[in-house]
Amino acid sequence: METQYHRPASVAEAAKLLAGEARLLAGGQSLVAAIKLGLASPSSLVDLRGIAGLDGIRVDAQRVSVGAMATHASVAASKEVARAIPALAQLAAGIGDRQVRACGTIGGSLANNDPAACYPAAVLGLGASVQTDQRQIAADDFFLGMFETALRPSEIITAVHFPIPERAAYEKFHQPASRFSLVGVMVAKTGGGVRVAVTGAGSCVFRCKALEVALTRKFAPESCDGVPVDASGLNDDLHGSAAYRAHLIPVLAKRAVARALG
Amino acid sequence: MGAPGLIGRSIERKEDYRFLTGRGQYTDDIVLPNQSYGVFVRSQHAHARLRGVDTAKAARAPGVLGIITGKDMAAVGSLPCGWLIHSLDGTPMKEPKHPVLAEDKVRYVGEAIALVVADTLLQARAAAALVEVDYDPLPAVARTATAAQAGTAVHDQAPNNVCFTWGCGDKSAADAAFARAAHVTTMEYVNNRLIPNAIEPRAANAGYSRADDSYTLYVANQNPHVERLLMTAFVLGLPEHKVRVVAPDVGGGFGSKIFLYAEETALVWASKRIGRPIKWTAERSESFLSDAHGRDHVTRAELALDKDGKFLGLRVHTTANVGAYLSTFGSCVPTILYGTLLSGQYATPAIYCEVQAVFTNTAPVDAYRGAGRPEATYLVERIVEMAARELKIDPAELRRRNFVRTFPFASPVGLTYDTGDYEATLARAQKIADVDGFAARRAASAGKGLLRGIGYSCYIEACGLAPSNIAGALGARAGLYEAAEVRVHPTGKVTVFTGSHSHGQGHETTFSQVVAARLGIPFEDVDIQHGDTAKVLFGMGTYGSRSLAVGGTAIVKAVDKIIAKGRKIAAHLLEASDADIEFSGGEFRVVGTDRKKAFAEIALTAYVPHNYPLDKLEPGLNENAFYDPTNFTYPAGSYICEVEVDPATGQVRVDRFTACDDFGNVVNPMIVEGQVQGGVAQGLGQALLEACRYDEEGQLLSGSYMDYAMPRADDLPSVKVETLAGTPCTHNPLGVKGCGEAGAIGSPPAVMNAITDALTSLGVRDVPMPASPYAVWTAIQAAAKH
Repeated sequence: METQYHRPASVAEAAKLLAGEARLLAGGQSLVAAIKLGLASPSSLVDLRGIAGLDGIRVDAQRVSVGAMATHASVAASKEVARAIPALAQLAAGIGDRQVRACGTIGGSLANNDPAACYPAAVLGLGASVQTDQRQIAADDFFLGMFETALRPSEIITAVHFPIPERAAYEKFHQPASRFSLVGVMVAKTGGGVRVAVTGAGSCVFRCKALEVALTRKFAPESCDGVPVDASGLNDDLHGSAAYRAHLIPVLAKRAVARALG
Repeated sequence: MGAPGLIGRSIERKEDYRFLTGRGQYTDDIVLPNQSYGVFVRSQHAHARLRGVDTAKAARAPGVLGIITGKDMAAVGSLPCGWLIHSLDGTPMKEPKHPVLAEDKVRYVGEAIALVVADTLLQARAAAALVEVDYDPLPAVARTATAAQAGTAVHDQAPNNVCFTWGCGDKSAADAAFARAAHVTTMEYVNNRLIPNAIEPRAANAGYSRADDSYTLYVANQNPHVERLLMTAFVLGLPEHKVRVVAPDVGGGFGSKIFLYAEETALVWASKRIGRPIKWTAERSESFLSDAHGRDHVTRAELALDKDGKFLGLRVHTTANVGAYLSTFGSCVPTILYGTLLSGQYATPAIYCEVQAVFTNTAPVDAYRGAGRPEATYLVERIVEMAARELKIDPAELRRRNFVRTFPFASPVGLTYDTGDYEATLARAQKIADVDGFAARRAASAGKGLLRGIGYSCYIEACGLAPSNIAGALGARAGLYEAAEVRVHPTGKVTVFTGSHSHGQGHETTFSQVVAARLGIPFEDVDIQHGDTAKVLFGMGTYGSRSLAVGGTAIVKAVDKIIAKGRKIAAHLLEASDADIEFSGGEFRVVGTDRKKAFAEIALTAYVPHNYPLDKLEPGLNENAFYDPTNFTYPAGSYICEVEVDPATGQVRVDRFTACDDFGNVVNPMIVEGQVQGGVAQGLGQALLEACRYDEEGQLLSGSYMDYAMPRADDLPSVKVETLAGTPCTHNPLGVKGCGEAGAIGSPPAVMNAITDALTSLGVRDVPMPASPYAVWTAIQAAAKH
């Protein structure tokens, strides 16, 4: 089957091209691999890389706004991001390898919502909101399940807005082969309370309420000790049982808190 | 020995210019006129009857030139196994047919069923997807340990899936040793199955010429002459002299490219039928499925010691998985190359080893860097360390009490070590590793909440499998010599043709150093050719760390014939007797005089024989030699590993790793160090990361880099490598032993001994390889429950 390739110059034009089996192409780090393996065969590809202004990063006193087409490398390298939310720059710097970071984008990662991706933990843990060409979606409403988000078929992410937390840190434990997160934990102390988001452990990024309660009581590493995390429903594969992943969540949260305070 | 300083010097590798500037010529780089492309249809089931293979739709697809199935090739022979092993009861191993393309049944996921040939690769791929295979699935045998009780037969002619039950050593002597033992240490191990992962996947390009009824095969292979012999004589029945096999630049082999595989065999056969050259290059996922895998042993071992810690006896029972079919050396790896190494560096007086080889519905298992010797070393070095812990004797001290100290040493499992100095490598390794500072480092780690451990491994290796007559008596179906031709050109420049293939080992540099040194000519005046049956007279190829010890010696023998002939020519020119001519520094000289002729003058005289003893001597200066070693060589060394384990996550970090080796004489220290570094990286991969896993249905779970963990640079410490001046091999003229596999053989037990040392305080006795964080954490949990 032939795949049509489009390179629109604006978001509006891109939206018009989204029909049938069309897929948006951002950095191509998941989609292109899927196409090569025969796991995806889109009727057309709508390449967002020709649209100017989607890759900017803006920081003000309240928030960090990252354009959907900003690469992981640019977020990792941004001094403004590193000053405002060091955890976010550090998370971006730990995604994939150098090539992935040079091409992969935040918008692509979020729209794909891989269960072991890092960015969903940042968005959920920091309580960000996802800006699309149609609306703003709160992080808590965005991630619906494995590779599933609240995005409508014709909707295009344009930016992500991260409120600046008091403190935050991300702790990633590698799956040894892929180096995706076996478990990744983002801990953030925000004006609205403590948020703990976990990626890699389940079918979709999730908040760990037990740890949030413990850390709201006292935002200190030892608060994570002995916090029970239910293993049921967590991933169980070659690289770790559900029990192992459940065990790692408070261990990593504790380290993240120590780092956030450090 | 000629030009001073050439031997023992780290000359930069001459081959690296082309490798580092993208000028290498690999099989996939070669495009032949009228090139067509092949894609294999592979089994999706581990075990199934083939009800039918419907190629009609695929045959009509655009660009398709032909489709070959097992039916088409039913008349050709079985892919052969190169070593006949006999069971303890005297019966020969079960050797069911290994068809080039599956016939009535498929026996592992990835087994080739059909070859689709088309004008372009994309057309071949698209057409292959249209081939309809009708499977009748059968239960699969996927587990090594239980294959013999599986209740399903991989091959009807192999009851209980047993290929053979082999033994070595003296059972009654071993039993007697255990009867009088003061202490017995017992261990059970799994030597984890590995997938080779050479950076260049397997590839082949085969063409047939109607003009002279000949075939040319380009193939990523370690031993082109053996490939040709096996393919023509045993499988396709083609005249050997009408088939040229070229193994051009090859991007890593590690054993996996020794073997004769189905793919290149099918390509050669099909190239005549299709009438076009056909190229196939494995995709990475095909490599995972269809390259011969390595290791995969399940073992129980017992070590008997007296009250002073002297080893009395070793008893071993191993179940070795050979996969669905016997690959080229699948039978000798878990036997001849394994059982014979169980004495290690120790004077253990009685050893008995029994190996049950089983068929399973998995890819064939064969030689992988070390091939049997890593499995033996793992067993010996783990159980020795465990015995030291149980007896509360320092592990280095226990080893010292049992070292072989007088040579030659005849081991109870059939080898005779010619030379060695195990104390020297251990003592030096302990110094480099700063063993004295370990206690302080352990305390510092504890302060960070980390557990530090130290582990030893004192390995021995047997390289350059030999001699041919004994190997033949043990079941080898091939010789184990090497061949060389040294062609001196009229200007005194030299081309060497060697049967040792280079696919990363640096032969072009090392062999040039050897030849230039011996002839006293500049390094640049020597060129090394290998890998082409049309150029090289014969070759057994590159495996088992044999190239310099065996191939290099063949070259030396040919060089010495050149010198002998040159001496006669010089005697004639200098009007002296042959006996009065000495050769050194590239000059033939009348002893005790300044009358001399340079090597190049002699070469020119040989080709322009105006003043020449034509009545006694042929013109020209070209010599062949074959060398069949009288014994293995025995490299040995001591490796020390130090790890930090994070008990909260199970994460292991290798903090330091020391390798101190005795390879006998060393020609190029840089290349030797590179071999050790690479080997240690591979061994650390086995110990910490790599695991080939099949599910119960025989589906490969670790079929990509998403799930098969290869070592990355940041997984590895900076390995300290030191090669001692050592004990030169006593039976080859270079005094060399071989260094290609040492790192992969010696390192896994050092790592695992270090990890288990770190975890002893938590009550953990053992951790399986690979010691992934999950595996370590699981072991800690299990110990905590105890």
